[in-house]
This record gives sequence, C-alpha cells and structure tokens, in this order.
Amino acid sequence: MFNITRRQALAASGGLIGTLLAPSRFATAAVGSTLNIAYNVNLPSFDPQVGPSSVNPTIQAIYRSIFDQYIGQKPNLAFEPGLLTGWGWNDDKSKVWMDVREGVVWHDGTPFTPEDVVWSIQRKGKPDGGNPVAFIWAGLDNFKIDGKRITADVKSYDPVIFKWMAFLTGYVLPKAYFEKVGPEGFEKKPIGTGPYLVDAYEGNAYLRLKANPKYWGGKPAFETVVFKFVPDATSRVAEIESGSSDVTLEVPYEEYDRLKAKAGLKGVCTPISDIGMIFITNGGVMDDKNVRLAMTHAVDKETIVKRLLRGYGVPIATLEAPEYAAFDPSIKVPYDPALATKLLAASGYSKEKPVKFTIQTTRGFKPKDYEMIQAIVGMWRNVGIDANIEIYEIAKHFELRMSHKLAPAAFYNWGDAIGDPTCSTGFAMFSKSPHSAWHSDDLDAKIGPLWGEKDEKKRIQGWKDVDKYIAEQGYVLPLLQYAQPILYKSDLKVTPNVSGALQPATLVSKA
Amino acid sequence: MLLSVVANRVGMALLTLAGVAVVVFVLLRVVPGDPVAMMISPGAGPADIAALKAHYGLDLPLPQQFWIWIKGVLTGDFGTSITLHLPVTEVLASRLPATLELAILALLVAVIFGGSVAIAGTLMRRTIGETTIDGLNSILLAVPDFIWALALVLLFAVAIPVLPLTGRIDPELAEGFTTRFYLAESVLTGRFAVAGDIISHMIMPTLALALPLAAVIVRLLKQSLKEAMLQDYVLLARIKGFRELRLVLQEALRNAVGPTLALTGVQFTFLIGGTVIVERIFAYPGIGNLAIDAVINRDFPLIQGLVLLFGLIFILINIGVDLTVAALNPRLRHA
Repeated sequence: MFNITRRQALAASGGLIGTLLAPSRFATAAVGSTLNIAYNVNLPSFDPQVGPSSVNPTIQAIYRSIFDQYIGQKPNLAFEPGLLTGWGWNDDKSKVWMDVREGVVWHDGTPFTPEDVVWSIQRKGKPDGGNPVAFIWAGLDNFKIDGKRITADVKSYDPVIFKWMAFLTGYVLPKAYFEKVGPEGFEKKPIGTGPYLVDAYEGNAYLRLKANPKYWGGKPAFETVVFKFVPDATSRVAEIESGSSDVTLEVPYEEYDRLKAKAGLKGVCTPISDIGMIFITNGGVMDDKNVRLAMTHAVDKETIVKRLLRGYGVPIATLEAPEYAAFDPSIKVPYDPALATKLLAASGYSKEKPVKFTIQTTRGFKPKDYEMIQAIVGMWRNVGIDANIEIYEIAKHFELRMSHKLAPAAFYNWGDAIGDPTCSTGFAMFSKSPHSAWHSDDLDAKIGPLWGEKDEKKRIQGWKDVDKYIAEQGYVLPLLQYAQPILYKSDLKVTPNVSGALQPATLVSKA
Repeated sequence: MLLSVVANRVGMALLTLAGVAVVVFVLLRVVPGDPVAMMISPGAGPADIAALKAHYGLDLPLPQQFWIWIKGVLTGDFGTSITLHLPVTEVLASRLPATLELAILALLVAVIFGGSVAIAGTLMRRTIGETTIDGLNSILLAVPDFIWALALVLLFAVAIPVLPLTGRIDPELAEGFTTRFYLAESVLTGRFAVAGDIISHMIMPTLALALPLAAVIVRLLKQSLKEAMLQDYVLLARIKGFRELRLVLQEALRNAVGPTLALTGVQFTFLIGGTVIVERIFAYPGIGNLAIDAVINRDFPLIQGLVLLFGLIFILINIGVDLTVAALNPRLRHA
C-alpha cells in the first residue's frame, strides 16, 4: 500500500500553492530572463524544409528562432545578409554566386560550411523530397564550392530565387548531422545555427528555447523563450490578461482594444503582408465584365475596415499591399454604388431583376471573414446583385481551387512575406498556377513573359501594368490588408514585423 | 465457458475495429481536402502536385493504399504522420498518457462528487435540500463541457487568476520523466512539488470534463437510491434501528449502483470525446488536441490511427463496465 507521509503531503500542497501564487502569474509582474509567448499555432515539425509545416507562414517565427535563412529579412521586408553575406547573378544570369558567412557554428558546436548550403538546396529541390516548393530550388544545379564562394548553374531562371532564400523553406540545415540522425532523429533533437537552441518540446503544449551563446548575430535579449501553443483565441486572451504569458498575438480586435488599455499591458497593431480578397472564377455570369466591375465598385471597403475590424486594416485596390515591390498607389477602384448600378443595368440587371451567384467563405478562419462577406452581400443587394453565401472549411477551399471548381466568388486570404508580385498577383492570377480562379488567355499573355524577365525594373513595371489591367477588367476583388494585433507586458518593447513573424530574438526586448 | 465468452468478446472487438478502419479510410478520401491540397504552393505545376502525392503514397489506387495501410496496422505500423514526420504509433503513445490521466481524474472527480451529492440528496429526500440539489443539478446537466471550460477560464484564470491556464506542467519543471504519465510518475517517485504543479494545471480541464458527468450520476443514482430505499430489505434494516446513512450506504447503494455504473461507462466514452475540445481550450497536450490538428491538416495516417485508438478505448471501456457490473450483480455473470 502506498503511504504518503505528512511531509510529502505538505510538499505536494506546497507545490500546488506555489504554482497558484507564483508572482509571475500576475499581469503586473515584470518579465524576468524568461519570455513567455502565448502563440497562436502549434509547431508540428522541426523540419523547415519539407512537409506542410515548412510552408505554414505562422510557424516561421519559431523556425527563425532556431534556424537561419540564407538571406535575412528586416521587419520592413527589406532583405539583409543571413548565412549568405553576398549573392547575385553573373551578367547573363546563367549562373548564381553566393558567399557564405564564416565563423558560424551549429548548435552542437560543429562548423557551418558551404557544403551545408549546397546540400540544403539540393535536398529541397528533389522532386520526391517532400518540399512543397521544390520547383523553386530545382532551378539551380551543378554547384561548385571555392572557399566561401558557391557558384551554380541556373537551369531555369527565376528572378525571385534569392527572395525565396528569405521565404518559406529557405533555411539551411546541417548536412552531416542530418545524414547521421536521419529525419526522425532530427525531429527529436533538431539543431540549427539560429539565436536559440531547442531545450525542451512537447507537441501541442510548449517549446522551450535557450539562448545560443555562440550566435553570430549576438546573444538575444532573453536567456529563455517559451512558446506556449495556445490555438484558442479566448485562452490567449486569458493568458495575457492573467499574466501567465508576457506576449501574445492574433487576438480578436475587440479584446485587443480592451486589453491594451489595461494597466501593465501595451499593444501594437500594424499592417502585415496578408490580404483578404475575393476570387472571381471565370465562367457563367462572371464572364460579364459589367457584373465583375459592379461587384468591385459596390463594396465600401473603408466602412468594412472601420466597422467590422475596428479600423485595423488597410483597404486595397490590387493584390499588392503598400509594402510590396510592385505596389502602385495610382491604381484605384473607388466605391461607387451608382456606377455599379449603371454597369448592371447595361447588362439587364437591377434590384428587381438581380444577377445571382454563389459566394463561398470560411467562418472563423480569418478575423470576421463571414461577417465581411455578409456585409458585402448586403452592399451588393443594394445595386442588383443577389449572392448566396456558402460556408465551407478551408480544406475544401484548397481542394476546389486546385481543381478549378470554386464558386463564382470565393473569399480567401493571401500572404506574401517577401512582397514580390510573383507570389501575390502572379500565383493568384496566372491560369497555369493551381491556385488561380480566373483563367483567361488575355491575362496569361500579360503575365507569362514576366516569369523570366531579367530586367528587374521592367519586371516590376510589368507587374504594375498587370495589376492595373486586372483592376480595369475586375478579374479579382482585393479587399484589405490585415493588421496583426500584438499584446505584451508594459516592461517589454515589441517591434512589429510586416511579414507577421514575431521573432523573439530580434523583435522583443526589455523596454 | 469463460474462454468462449472471452473469445466472443475479442472477436466482436476485432470485427468492430475492422469496420472502423474501413469507414475512416473511405470517409477521409471522400471528404473534401487532402494533405497535398493543404500544402501545395501556389506556383506548383501539375508535375509538382503529382510528385508530392507520390511522396505520400496518395497517387496509388485506393484499394492498394488501404492494403498497404492495413498490412502495416496488423504488424503494429500505423504509418508516418505527414505533419509530424514521426511514426503514428510513437506519436499516439506519447500523447495518450496525458489524456488518460485527465480522463481518469475527471472520472474519479465525477464519481466522488456525483455519488456524494446523490447520497446527500437521498438523505435529504422530501426536503428543501433535495429540491435545491435537483435544481442545481439541472443547471449542471444543461451546461456542456466546453462551456464549463470557458467559464472556468474566465473565473480562475482571469477574474481570480489562481490557476495556470494552459499546458500540463510548468515547462521549467518538465524534466527527468521516464514515462509520459507525469502525474503518476511524480507521485510514485516522490516528486510531490511537481505533482502539485501538475494537479494545478489539471484542475480546470478536469472540472470541465467531470461536471457534466457528475450531473448524470447525481440524477440517475439518486433516483435509483430512492427506489431502493422503498424496498423491503431496507424497511427491515430500518426497523432493526440502523441509521439512515447506513441504510443508504450499506443496504440501498449496492443494489442501486448497477444502472448508474453502466451509464457512467457509456458517459465516460463521451467524456473521452469531450477531451478534444477541452484539451484545445486549455492547450493540453493529449490525443484530443492532436486530433484537431490532424483533421485541420488532413494528416490521413494520423487521423486513421487516432480513430482506431479511440475505437479501441471505447471497446475496452465497455468491456470494463460489463465486467464491473457483473462483479457487483451475480445475476448478470452468466448473461
């Protein structure tokens, strides 16, 4: 029979009471050497190169804490040296060169070498390797290493290859260690060159990181960072309000406004590289340009942002957010319900005889997604559009989009953390992309030549022209650029990142 | 005789699991969304999509996919999780202990609390006390577990912040465990301060799961006890001068507990199902939380493994309930 002594019972009670009364629990408690982040997603896998996690934008903040990318990115999306200190093409863009940073070590103390860079690119470029963007990395071949310089042949020119080195799956992993332990071994004990080492991990619970004393970028502000995986928004609100966590993000805007006004807490909510849009699928009533343009002119984006999102968001007229390389502020699609009514009348539609179609949307996947569509459908009804709302799960959206079977209109969000037009307008509107909804030869003819355009100025201008054409034709309905609410204890300083990645090493410090 | 009964139960269990395997496999392929669609990059072409499908074996004909999977299952290999890159059996084995500890603790709390209130209500029958208990119990019955979870979050994590909100253990204390049964191991190894921390993390999710079950126990057990108290053997015991509490506990309870036990077993399976949402709210790292991510990401091997595991748990619970009821009621032993 298991007997508990009085002393042991007191110890258990002490542990319980100690936890209940821990000073760090209270919202007003100062942050020590450990930073607790109530994070909005779980980390399923430590491999940033293959599998679904590698292309999940919300996990990048964690990957950037443990691993380094070839090329770094500042909070304003500008690029900076990472594990590469220099890079570029030769004159005719048939070759690339990359200079590897010296003096870097992996978390196990072994030296980081150019072989790691080459191996990482080759691993990601294998068609059967499980990398969802293998086609990007497969464009380089025939690698040669000379000291710290790597050169490679360009098999297929991609003007954005170096930007991808700061984007999804653009991380360097240790060749020797990975080959020794294998993928499963790496999952259990991952190492990188990043500012933090993995100290402890429990899936769906937490990730505890310890500062890397040998980090080439300097020791981070916090000795320990704990990412608590709290996918439920209500729980994240409770985490920050109770003081259990020091930072949290992606809480409802109403809660953000309430909590940032509380003593001991501060908040920052700025636009990020994520936009809300309505895909328009070619065919049926959508082949009528008047219907498409009426749809866009009938939507009062300013009011939607102000009323539904409490002012947190930026209305947009194209798929380029203001921070993107091809953003053109001269492209405007004004809110003009009178014009919308006139356009519909020209096609024989009116409030009494409305044009009818279905619009698909998620509910709860993005902030106020369903409510926005409800508001838009109401605005459309006022001009002679009768849209039926169909709610579906995001998985169904992906499947329908891939098979080009979306409804005539479908709400979606689109992220582009490198701000390059190929990753927003390009992939969303080029019919050869599995994710575009609008398929037409005229648009493909304009976009096609830009994929391989070697003159960067001409390329960016080309994309601006494409965006203008899309707006004139009404091939898509851009809505807004999202803003990311971040709440934190008032003795911290948080620098918001336009990419949305809340990197503790560089963006969070003591005030 | 006993051997044939056992063989029969095992056979039925295997048949049930086989049916579950077929249903979950087919349903996953019919329901919209697959893991490749969830991860495919916007710039990928048909060849890239095909390569990814081949990488995960999703390009094979369905019967072949099923055969490969079921062959593995029969040898203990449930495949590799697409999102976690780890063997499914390993993932399930690492998460199941958390859910089991939570569920068992919730069951204990429900039984002790529910049983105590039912006995109290029986002792106070035909008084204002019983009416009060019935009224409060009606509220407990009406509120589902996830509402309790949110209410407890607001009360004990925000309004009166005395309990930790998320996780299973303070990350600073999660060292030196040999098994994933953190609570049991910390108690058995004498790490009582750690055990106290674990219990503090379990209080809210346990209550959220236990309260609805406790309400069911109160309702059913009190009714059964009231009926049992009217029986002749209880009347005889009362005439002999035994106190009311003894009558309830030693005369009526043994005969009244059977139906409650059977229903508790059934309700326990619902409690296990309830861990899905409760674990999510409290960021508790059990199989419930794992299931949500698996479904969102369409991680077919993991979903299939989870469903089979849930099926096995439900079968074992039902067998356990049958055996317990038979142990308490000899008349049922040969049924």
